[in-house]
Amino acid sequence: MTIDEQGLRRRIEEFLAAHDPATTERLEFLRARYNAGLAWVHFPEGHGGLGLPQAWQPAVDARFEAAGAPDNNKKANGIGLGMAAPTILRFGTEEQKQRFLRPLWTGEEIWCQLFSEPGAGSDLAALGTRAVREAASGDWIVNGQKVWTSGAHLAQFAILVARTDPDLPKHQGITYFLADMTDPGVDVRPLRQITGEAEFNEVFLTDVRVPDIQRLGEVGQGWAVANATLSNERVAIGGSPVRENGMIGVVAKAWRDHPELRTPELHDRLLRLWVEAEVSRLTGQRVRQKLALGQPGAEGAALKVTFARIAQELSGLELELRGEQSLRYSDWAMVRPDHVDFTGRDAGYRYLRAKGNSIEGGTSEILRNIMAERVLGLPSEPRVDKDVPWKDLAK
Amino acid sequence: MSDTNLLYTEVEDDLRATVRKLLTDRCDPVVVTALYDGDRSLVDGLWKALAAELGLAGLLVPEDRGGAGASALEAAVVLEELGRTVAPVPFLTSAVIATLVLRDSDGPLLGQLASGEKTAALLVPLSTAPHGALPTVTVADGRLTGTVTSIAGAIEADTLLVFADGAVFSVAAADATVTPVVSLDMTRQLADVRLDGIAGELVVADAEQAVQDALVAGAALLASEQVGLARWCLEETVTYLKERKQFGRAVGGFQAIKHRLADLAIGVESATAAARYAAATLAAGDEDAVVASSVAQAYVSDLAVLAAEEAVQLHAGIGMTWEHPAHLYLKRAKADQIALGTAGAHRARLAGLVDLPTPQ
Ligand SMILES: Cc1cc2nc3c(=O)[nH]c(=O)nc-3n(C[C@H](O)[C@H](O)[C@H](O)COP(=O)(O)OP(=O)(O)OC[C@H]3O[C@@H](n4cnc5c(N)ncnc54)[C@H](O)[C@@H]3O)c2cc1C
Repeated sequence: MTIDEQGLRRRIEEFLAAHDPATTERLEFLRARYNAGLAWVHFPEGHGGLGLPQAWQPAVDARFEAAGAPDNNKKANGIGLGMAAPTILRFGTEEQKQRFLRPLWTGEEIWCQLFSEPGAGSDLAALGTRAVREAASGDWIVNGQKVWTSGAHLAQFAILVARTDPDLPKHQGITYFLADMTDPGVDVRPLRQITGEAEFNEVFLTDVRVPDIQRLGEVGQGWAVANATLSNERVAIGGSPVRENGMIGVVAKAWRDHPELRTPELHDRLLRLWVEAEVSRLTGQRVRQKLALGQPGAEGAALKVTFARIAQELSGLELELRGEQSLRYSDWAMVRPDHVDFTGRDAGYRYLRAKGNSIEGGTSEILRNIMAERVLGLPSEPRVDKDVPWKDLAK
Repeated sequence: MSDTNLLYTEVEDDLRATVRKLLTDRCDPVVVTALYDGDRSLVDGLWKALAAELGLAGLLVPEDRGGAGASALEAAVVLEELGRTVAPVPFLTSAVIATLVLRDSDGPLLGQLASGEKTAALLVPLSTAPHGALPTVTVADGRLTGTVTSIAGAIEADTLLVFADGAVFSVAAADATVTPVVSLDMTRQLADVRLDGIAGELVVADAEQAVQDALVAGAALLASEQVGLARWCLEETVTYLKERKQFGRAVGGFQAIKHRLADLAIGVESATAAARYAAATLAAGDEDAVVASSVAQAYVSDLAVLAAEEAVQLHAGIGMTWEHPAHLYLKRAKADQIALGTAGAHRARLAGLVDLPTPQ
C-alpha cells in the first residue's frame, strides 16, 4: 500500500499523539520514530522509512521539529546519515541493515569515513591500507594509515576501504568494510586545520580486526561501493533545499544588518551571488527529482562544484563587506569540535572553512574530470596505471 | 620621455639577497605559525636585526636626518621579501607609514625611527583607505582622548602617532592602553588603543596632507608585500605539483593544472608591474603616484588573495592543515586585501582620478 501526503501527515500526528516529545525519553522517542518509518521516509519499510519520495522528508523533519521532537545529532553524523546509510542500504545484507541503520539514524553511533591516505587522495584507488583474511577466524586484519578523517574522534564506526588483493590492478583489489573505531588497534590523532581547530584527524590502523560479517559488498567490489558513497557524499554536500539557506543566508543577513557597510560594488557582487545561489538551489531540486528515479551518478559532482565556488566567493565577499571587523578572529585555540559547521562562528572562520568545500569529498578539479568524462564522454587522460597490478605501481 | 624603469637594479638585487638570507635564517615558518598560539618571541629579535643591524628602518629617511637616503623602490624590495616569508615585523607601519608622516618634522623622532632605536605606529585602523575618514581623537591642552581600534604595528611600537585636530602628536605607547586583539592575520597582529587624556607632543602641526600621503605610500608599497606573498604561493605550488604524484603521474602534468598555474604566473607578473610602477612613481615624486597606488591596490590585493587561495586548493588536503604554511599566506593575503582600502574602494577612488565618473 502506498500512502499519499495526507496519509503521511496523519501518521505523523498519530505518532506524536502516542509519543509526546515533552515526556518521552529521547532515545525511546527516536527509536520509535525510526520504527514507525518516519526517520527517513524514502528508506524502505522496516528500515526507518515508508518508501516515499525523498522530497517529502524536509516537511516531515519540520513537523517533528515544530513539535519539539529530539534531534538525532545530525550535525555530528553527516557522514553516517549522508554517506554510510545510503551505501549500507544499497549494498548491505539484511543483517547489516538491521544492525547498523537504526543506531546510525538515532545518533547512538556516529560514523566517519576512512578513505583518504597520504599517498591516495584524488587517486583514492591507489590506497595502500591492507586487509588480510585470517584463515582460522575468517576475520580481516587491517593495517595502514588514513588521513584528513573528519570526526574520527567522535565516531564509533567507520566506512573503510582497504586493499585485499595487491596482485590485481588498483581498482579491482579493494574491499569495503564497516570498521569498529573502538578497536584497540585504531589510533586517532588530531590533525589541526587552518581554522585553528582539529575537525579532522590522522588515523593509524594496527592489526584492527574486522569480522567478515562487517564486509560491505563482495571481496574486490570495494571500488564500486566506494563510488556509491562518494556520489551520495556529493549530493549531501551540494545544493540546499530552501532559499537563502547556508552561506548566502548568512551573508544576506550581514548585508541587511549593516547598511553602513554597503557599497555599490559589493551590492552588485552580492546580487550576482544571490542569483547564483538561487539557481543552484533550483538545480539541486531538479537533481533530487531525477534522483528519486535512481541512484546518484555524476549529478552530485556538478552540484558540489557550484556549491563550493559560491560558498567561497560569498565568504570572501563577507570579509570585504565587514572590513575592519574582518581583521579580527574569534579564537585560534586548538579544539576538537563536536560537529562540522560550514557557516558557524565568525566571518573569518567561515572564509577559512569554506576553502575545504572544494577539497573534501573529491576536489573540484576531480569533479570536473568526472563531469567531462562521465557526462560529456570526453576522452580521459592517458591512464598509465590502470591495468598494472597495484603491487607494481611506483609508490 | 623615457619609460619609468620597472625592473630591479643591481643594488636592489643585492639588498634582496641580504634580506632574504636573514629571513631564511631567522624567520622559520614553524616559529611564525607559533604566533597564532600567542608565542611572539620571534618578533623583537627579528625586527631589531632588520631595522637596526641591516639598517632597513632608515631606508626612507634622508641621510642628513640619520637615514639611508634610499627610495621607495628599495623599500618595495624589502617588502617583497617580508611578504614572501609573512614576516611578523612592523616595517610597513613604522619604517614606511609612520616615517613618512614625520618626513618633514623637525624633532629627533625621525632619526630615532631611522636608526631602529624607536618604533612607531600611526593610530588608524589597518583597514583605513588613504582617502578614507580618519579616526577622531580629541585634544585639549595637549592631552589626547579617544579610542582607535584594529591598529597594526601598535603592539611592537614604543611610540604612537596620533592624528588629532589636524595635527600629529606623539605619545609614549606605555602611557596608552594597548589591547592586543585576536587577529585574522596573527603575523600582523592588531591592537585597540585607548588614550585617557594622556600628554602628547606635537610633532607635525599641519598634518592632514602628510598623513594622507603616508597612507597613499603605504598602500603603494603594500602592493610589493602582496607581490612577494603571491610569488611565494606560485613558486611553492609549482614545486609541490612537480613532486606530488596521483594517478601514476606528477599532478602538475595535468593540463587543467598547468593552465591554472600559467594563469597565476601571468597574474603575478602583472602584479609585479603594477607594484613596481607604484613604487617608482612614489620614488620619483611623480604626479601619477596617487593613481599608481590605487591601481596597484585595486589589482594586486585581489591577485594575492587568488594566489593564496590557489595554493591551498592545489595543495588540497595538506593545504588545509595547520602544519603546512599555506594558511599563513591565505590569512595575510586576505587581511592585506582589506588593509589600506579594499580593491573595490581603490576602484571607486580611481573612478574620480581617471575621470570615469560613477553613474548618477
Ligand atoms: C576539510 C576536509 C575534510 C576531509 N574529510 C575527509 C574524510 O572524512 N575522510 C576522507 O577519507 N577524506 C577526507 N578528506 C580528504 C579529501 O578527500 C582529499 O583531500 C581529497 O580527495 C584530495 O586529495 P589530496 O589532498 O591528496 O590532494 P591531491 O590528490 O594530491 O591533489 C592535489 C591537487 O591536484 C589536483 N589534481 C589531482 N589529480 C588531478 C587530475 N587528474 N586532474 C586535475 N587536477 C588534479 C587536485 O584537485 C588538487 O588540487 C578531507 C579533506 C578536507 C580538506
